[in-house]
Amino acid sequence: MRMKSLMLGLLAGVSAVATVQAADLQIVLGDTGTGLQFLQGQIERYQAANPEDKVTIVPMPSSTSDQFGQYKLWLAAGNTDIDVYTTDVIWAPQLADHLTDLTEATKDIIGGYFPAIVESQTANGKLVALPSFTDAPALYYRKDLLEKYGKSVPKTWDELAATAKEIQDGERAAGNKDMWGFVWQGNAYEGLTCDALEWVKSSGGGQIVEPDGTISINNEKAAAAIDRAKGWVGTISPDGVLAYGEEESRGVWQLGNAVFMRNWPYAYGLGNGDDSAVKGKFDVTTLPIGAEGDAPAATLGGWNLAVSKYSPDQEAAIRLVKFLSSPDEQKRRAIEQTNLPTLVATYDDADVAAKAPIIPLWKDVFLNAVPRPSGPTGLKYNEVSSLFWSAVHDTLSGNGTGAENLELLEAKLTELKGDAW
Amino acid sequence: MTAEATAGTVVRTHPQIQSDLMKSRVAAAMWFLVPMLVALAIVAGWPLLRTIYFSLTNTSLNNLYGGDFVGFKNYLSWTTLKSGRTVFSGLLVDPAWWNAVGNTLRFAVISVTLETVIGMIVALVLNAEFKGRGIVRAAILIPWAIPTIVSAKMWSWMLNDQFGIINDLFLSLGIISQKVAWTATAETAMTAVLIVDIWKTTPFMALLILAGLQMVPKDVYEAAKIDGVHPVKVFFKVTLPLVRPAVMVAVIFRLLDAMRIFDLIYVLTPNSKATKTMSVISRENLFDFDKFAYGSAQSTLLFLMIAVMTGLYIWLGKVRFDGGDR
Repeated sequence: MRMKSLMLGLLAGVSAVATVQAADLQIVLGDTGTGLQFLQGQIERYQAANPEDKVTIVPMPSSTSDQFGQYKLWLAAGNTDIDVYTTDVIWAPQLADHLTDLTEATKDIIGGYFPAIVESQTANGKLVALPSFTDAPALYYRKDLLEKYGKSVPKTWDELAATAKEIQDGERAAGNKDMWGFVWQGNAYEGLTCDALEWVKSSGGGQIVEPDGTISINNEKAAAAIDRAKGWVGTISPDGVLAYGEEESRGVWQLGNAVFMRNWPYAYGLGNGDDSAVKGKFDVTTLPIGAEGDAPAATLGGWNLAVSKYSPDQEAAIRLVKFLSSPDEQKRRAIEQTNLPTLVATYDDADVAAKAPIIPLWKDVFLNAVPRPSGPTGLKYNEVSSLFWSAVHDTLSGNGTGAENLELLEAKLTELKGDAW
Repeated sequence: MTAEATAGTVVRTHPQIQSDLMKSRVAAAMWFLVPMLVALAIVAGWPLLRTIYFSLTNTSLNNLYGGDFVGFKNYLSWTTLKSGRTVFSGLLVDPAWWNAVGNTLRFAVISVTLETVIGMIVALVLNAEFKGRGIVRAAILIPWAIPTIVSAKMWSWMLNDQFGIINDLFLSLGIISQKVAWTATAETAMTAVLIVDIWKTTPFMALLILAGLQMVPKDVYEAAKIDGVHPVKVFFKVTLPLVRPAVMVAVIFRLLDAMRIFDLIYVLTPNSKATKTMSVISRENLFDFDKFAYGSAQSTLLFLMIAVMTGLYIWLGKVRFDGGDR
């Protein structure tokens, strides 16, 4: 016991000294593609401007579900080591209790951000994270292959499936045995919730739980949308798609082995990299719709920077967060990483339009963005999402039809909801 | 484990000790044990009691100290509807939990059985005299020495359907006609997990059995050889009964280990219903979902199951010691 208090005393002494002299910051990040390298560059620029602060990056796995478990554990334990968290757009209500309110610190800059995104990061009147970039997926297509087969860009999911099948079969007959029509994210994790929400929403099947808290998922259109996706597995998409996350589908795509891909904007820049087999051969558009009259849907994603309430260096941590989301850094991020800015002005920047033409294009996609039901379901969102992706994954693996699984899902969600979310 | 076994031996032999010297020796031994017992109480006893306590409350991870006592509600509770129908809820009637229990038991039984058989074969081979035996013995331990997270990640790339070496190998050999998504489909997910676990833990099994084999006196074999007994018969009538205690210990250790399997499945197939085990599902409730108390209840049940198995093992061990050859 004495040993312990002695050590605590020592630790307290060390951190007290640290606050006086310089802040020692730890930032956690789980990212896809080259996100980590980019952050390293950002940190170097930050340290050049603030030589008194020392910043260390703690890398995390790229699956958001994996990250969340670890972050929640750290925060619940009041971990003082991690100062800045990169948080997914859906986490705000669940982590709000442990994060610093940034309202006061950002009041002079917050007006430049998209109000809808700021709203998503506000929980109980507290701004818990500063939006660093936003995300809305799109349909990537191989323009060279569509041209070769005389096909137009598909408008509906059925058109997509037909085109994908024809090109896939044609290419395989021509000797490319590894060719697939369409790759997406089918593993049982948060990503599948995003993909499936798009199929359902774009077919007029609602958004699982509506903003007012009503459970709407058990309907014919939603069931048909999921059954349609089941029809892709093994025909235009590899069986393994049921274990794919973002990076696995990008792997297949970037080797030139897929006609279509559903993915986030980060894949655009990487796909045009020098080591990419599809460099200059593809383009992006909004995701397809169910039938004439439906509107396309893209799940709203995005990453934010939050300061832990338990960080001993609040001031420096906020300084870092503001630096990383500043106009200059967002512009750089847009050009180098093809991540969508959260500042309205960056979309109209001439440099961005010239060097990353995808960004202004994405404004259309972004306008169709649909949020996941993390707002209405609050603390229970993760379980809602897990129940939803399990129901979808079951259907995709042939374990019951869409209608059967959605009926069961509705019952489970109703039980989970109880009197109120 | 060791602590209980040692303490048990001390207590059982105690009545026979008469001399003062022995008495003071036993007292000294107890004092030597105290630091370890205290350490155990801090790192194992206290967290265990906390978990059991949490399982009887409605604690959430956001507010660890603000939970209210709710009795056994997390385990089983019921409400009677107006129509007179009684609806049960709680862990004991949760199909997801029983699915996890089934997965765990299936995994434990299949993996330990196969590991024992293969481990025995490997041990027999390693027990034979041949050149370079030392190197082979060291080499075979490598899978066991690699941290599970690393080997699971390695295997998950090898089993990847598009880029994985396993599919490539099997395709070129003509064993499969098209790429198999090993970890994605429910039918192959458990097989994939079993393959990796067997690859990893067979060396451990082999080593423990090998230790047992080396205790078998050589003259028994010589006698059997002179009598012209068939080698297969020698194995079943001589080798197997003599190494049985070693095998038993190894099997129990592995079984307890397999019951709490977590890391391998968490990396390889974290959300597949076909492979979710008790540890995986309880972690999910504890941290991913806002159900800390419910997850604690699952951890408590898992602890009880393993405790019963350990008790059974100690009991079986005791019977064997007291009753001579069993």
